[in-house]
Amino acid sequence: MKFDAQDCLLVKKTKLTQTIYDFRLKNADLAEITKPGQFAHLLVPGKTLRRPISVCDVRDDIIRIVFEVRGEGTRILSETEEGSMINMICPLGKGFDIPKDKKVIFIGGGIGVPPMLYSAKTAGSNSIVINGFRDKSAVILTQDFRDIGCRLIETTDNGSYGIHGFVTDPLKEVIDSADMICACGPTPMLKNIAAMAKDHGKECFVSLEQRMACGIGACLGCAVGIDRGDGSLTYKHVCKDGPVFRAEEVIW
Amino acid sequence: MADLSVNIAGVEFNNPIIAASGTIGFGHEYGELYPLSVFGGISCKGTTLKERPGNPPPRIAETPMGMLNAVGLQNPGVEHFIDVELPWLKKQNTVVIANAAGSTEEDYCKICEVLSDTDVDMIELNISCPNVKEGGAQFGTSPESVGKITAAVRPYCKKPLIIKLSPNVADIAAVAKAAEAEGADAVSLINTLTGMRIDINTRRPIIKNITGGMSGPAVFPVAVRMVYQVKKAVKIPVIGLGGISTWQDAVEMIMAGADAIQIGTVLFTDPYAPLKISEGLHGYLDTHNIPSVRDLTATVEV
Repeated sequence: MKFDAQDCLLVKKTKLTQTIYDFRLKNADLAEITKPGQFAHLLVPGKTLRRPISVCDVRDDIIRIVFEVRGEGTRILSETEEGSMINMICPLGKGFDIPKDKKVIFIGGGIGVPPMLYSAKTAGSNSIVINGFRDKSAVILTQDFRDIGCRLIETTDNGSYGIHGFVTDPLKEVIDSADMICACGPTPMLKNIAAMAKDHGKECFVSLEQRMACGIGACLGCAVGIDRGDGSLTYKHVCKDGPVFRAEEVIW
Repeated sequence: MADLSVNIAGVEFNNPIIAASGTIGFGHEYGELYPLSVFGGISCKGTTLKERPGNPPPRIAETPMGMLNAVGLQNPGVEHFIDVELPWLKKQNTVVIANAAGSTEEDYCKICEVLSDTDVDMIELNISCPNVKEGGAQFGTSPESVGKITAAVRPYCKKPLIIKLSPNVADIAAVAKAAEAEGADAVSLINTLTGMRIDINTRRPIIKNITGGMSGPAVFPVAVRMVYQVKKAVKIPVIGLGGISTWQDAVEMIMAGADAIQIGTVLFTDPYAPLKISEGLHGYLDTHNIPSVRDLTATVEV
């Protein structure tokens, strides 16, 4: 089984900020095959389209997802009560391929932070994590990243918590010590990180999002512009070819 | 158990549930979940003579009980379809319908000629795609244009020919009659309704293409009405589609006049929908002592 649509029991629900929810969903079959950087496609009662949400962590038979309420669909999802079922297609997409012997910098921006947890956990304590947030009220998962034992650097845009600035500010200080960069967050942030990685000759992988329908690669809805390597454009798809892409192939 | 098999233009289907073009690609992905033989047939992704990259993103927007798409016929081209996809599809124990698209009359004739030389079971002519600048829907918007393109491809198409109709017309029955008169073996309807959504924060259309094709449960009543009108107007088989989500919808569409149905958008909501619809159809027919799904077609009493 590569993926499946199955009911998952919402065993624990935590509100992390005013708009961000942390769901722990129980399903042993799906948890067993879910890798860092992959995503789940969640059925929303009354909605035609599912909501793609990246996997934050997997522990035993629990898949953890952390998502932000952005519209009606995620609002309905956020109102799911503990003890009820959520149907998920999972695991989907190609995640981060993290080599054991490399030093990796993981960078998350805002709601791009959660997928970095499982990824950084897999890479181990040798890695560096840089998480950026809008302000102090948006900071999430600090203790979870500390528990991994990696070096954690946090920034806020307005300086209300951690380093005052963007993730690219501390990245400048540590980029030369790394072999590889993995990032997820807003497009302008990813674009800047990709440019820095190129300047420093570092391998860089970015996790992208796009409006999605099937989630499994059939409908070709979630297109992202990709350079074929000769400057010509082709479209790949976030759900099946991604969500993780080589930064150098993405046409920003 | 009731008999779900149907015969459309001489082609035997194990059941009347066909995967709608553009929603299932060439079957590989949904084939990870169940054997593709749960479908009586698969209408493959719209295929053109040459590879097409498709439209820039975003290509998808949600709508109340539905969605818009403007994928723009992204496909690897007919050669790839024949060499790579078709041999695999032919082993899946389901009817393989090629969905042929083009920009000019010559394109349509050529692709029908090329596909006629292969093992595809049927050809569905896509003259109703609303998401491409040239071709597509322009051939499907009037009885005259539909009659003309059907007549043009007919000599080149040696396979049973299904004309897929656009709902964006004034008189769908007249369009279907024009296709029948020029030699179509069946019609399928409806393709998507042209729609548009705007992001009120950015004042921009959500879809980069500005407009997209609307599908999903919201279009179902429109599809039922059009299938009903078309069934009364033509003698050739009618394949009904548009927003079918449940087995009850399937029964309703068949009663309206469909000899077979296609399902598409519901796969995105529930990939297991074809199994549930098939089971529900069996249950309905058995409960009502109807021996065959064929006995249900066009049984609406008005």
